[in-house]
Amino acid sequence: MLSLDILFPSVLNGLTTGAVYALIALGLTLIYGVLHIINFAHGALLMVALYAVYGLRQGLGLDPYLALPLLVPGMFVLGYLLQRVVVNRASHGKDENILLVTLGISIVLENLALMAFKSDTRTIETAYTLTTVPIGPAFIALPKLVAFGGALVASAVLLLIVQRTDLGRAIRAVAREKQGARLCGIDVDHVYAMSFGIGLACLGAAACFLMPAYYVNPQVGSGFVLVAFTIVVLGGMGSFAGALVGGLLIGVVESISGLLLGESLGQIGIFAIFIAVLLFRPQGLFGAKA
Amino acid sequence: MTATSRLSRDLWQVAGFAAAIGVAATLLDSGVWLTFAMMALYGALLAQAWNILGGFGGQFSFGHALFFGVGAYTQVIAQVTFGINAWVALAGAVLLAAVVGALVGALSFRYGLRGSYFALVTLAFAEVFRIGAVSVGFTGGGVGMMLPLNESPAQLQFGSRRGYLLLIGAMVVAALLVTAWLRHSRFGAQLQAVRDNEDAARAVGVDPFRTKLLAIILSAAFMGAAGAFYVQVFQYLDPSIAFGPHVSVEALVGAIVGGMGTLWGPVAGAFALHLLADLTRNLFGQLPGVNMVIYGVVLVLIVMFLPRGLAGLVGSGRFSARRLLGRRDD
Repeated sequence: MLSLDILFPSVLNGLTTGAVYALIALGLTLIYGVLHIINFAHGALLMVALYAVYGLRQGLGLDPYLALPLLVPGMFVLGYLLQRVVVNRASHGKDENILLVTLGISIVLENLALMAFKSDTRTIETAYTLTTVPIGPAFIALPKLVAFGGALVASAVLLLIVQRTDLGRAIRAVAREKQGARLCGIDVDHVYAMSFGIGLACLGAAACFLMPAYYVNPQVGSGFVLVAFTIVVLGGMGSFAGALVGGLLIGVVESISGLLLGESLGQIGIFAIFIAVLLFRPQGLFGAKA
Repeated sequence: MTATSRLSRDLWQVAGFAAAIGVAATLLDSGVWLTFAMMALYGALLAQAWNILGGFGGQFSFGHALFFGVGAYTQVIAQVTFGINAWVALAGAVLLAAVVGALVGALSFRYGLRGSYFALVTLAFAEVFRIGAVSVGFTGGGVGMMLPLNESPAQLQFGSRRGYLLLIGAMVVAALLVTAWLRHSRFGAQLQAVRDNEDAARAVGVDPFRTKLLAIILSAAFMGAAGAFYVQVFQYLDPSIAFGPHVSVEALVGAIVGGMGTLWGPVAGAFALHLLADLTRNLFGQLPGVNMVIYGVVLVLIVMFLPRGLAGLVGSGRFSARRLLGRRDD
């Protein structure tokens, strides 16, 4: 059987990856909770953010962590505009249309990246890329540890915004009862766009934390998109606590099933969970009954 | 017009289309145009297959490549590994794709997955099959499989594009006949009722589960045929060709651009998209990804400005006239 010496590092690694998954999923679940749409372009937009981090590093020599103050507002503005100018106009009030439009956006972004960067996988080198930190019997790469901490802090900030600010109250009001919120004088279209923007800002942060220990290619987003959906569905659509717990859980599941089944087959563990949850408990672990 | 005369009008149109394919196969002698017609018809088959479930049933699948891939792998494995005749393999490909369609449909619809959830679960199934095809031995893994050259109509391999054009033409005509049947049959009416309002349909005695299940089986069967056709023409298959997102996207974009839930929309959509793709290929050369960028942009623009697709352009005048007379046939 597996010894603890192998299992422990694997679980730790899974948790660090899971925290970044959780951050990506938080953005997705926010957009779902408010707009009741599934943003299929989430993975492709993460890919765009990763290329931005890569470009800033290669072009201007900017450290990925120092790119945070650029990426987070940049992705926010992109999200705000995307929702206002494209998604909202195309929806005609029908959810299926939003599904198709976000799918269209993801196809365009992925293939524009393919045209611009070819399908090569790119990585960046930093002074701390190969630094490891001993934790008990395990050695964890420093960037992964930073990503873990950073993702948790970013999630906390997001929760504070949603729970404690006027904007957060407006977002929750629109999520609960759109018409009522409108009657109270809330600009619903603005709140939609803000939610979309904040959702993408999460991706900007996630990209900065991911890039030092990860890679980017035009298809990188599609790997994340199903993982993020799995987490959102597992945690319960629109549930923040669910996305956090689900993210960490999925990170660990992926890491352990990778250990048992090998790298490529390891992903099947995630999809198996995804299909099982969709079929048997579509409201998720934390979600209210659909 | 009575129901029968509307059906016979559709059948005459399909017969005319079949004749046009026959004429094209006889008269066209430039390889470029034969290839164009063949690939556009292949796109039409994908779009029409998607249309059966997505357009008439309202179930948006984002993973139709699943059924395509099952058909394609059946076609190549049956011939290469088991030495089965290509025509028999084709029947097996259609059958197995339909079986997988039945399984996915039974699971998804039994648990009432609708809208985004259904789109997601189909996407996940396609992805599971893709990873599975990379990992198991009998698919040849990531290296893929080659179908040896064996030019003879008995082996479904033709010396020129002409034979393939007739083959894909026959498949598209079969899909059109099924669509015409959906437009005018009791089952088709039930399917469209489920699409428009599942609860209301149930209330008047329609069984939504059975209806959607039959629709996904039909849809999957045609995707399986398309997969088998792909293998016969290109004689090579790997997991990302079979189960990757490209085929799923081509199927749904073709149907949506042309007009969901119509007879000719998916055909028109596929021809328009292939024309567009060929034009840009001439303009930009073989840049990777350029085709898909166009598909994506066209998809967004159509949803924004022409939610009923190209068919909406043609049909809008007659549609409103019919509505004034209290008749509605689509």
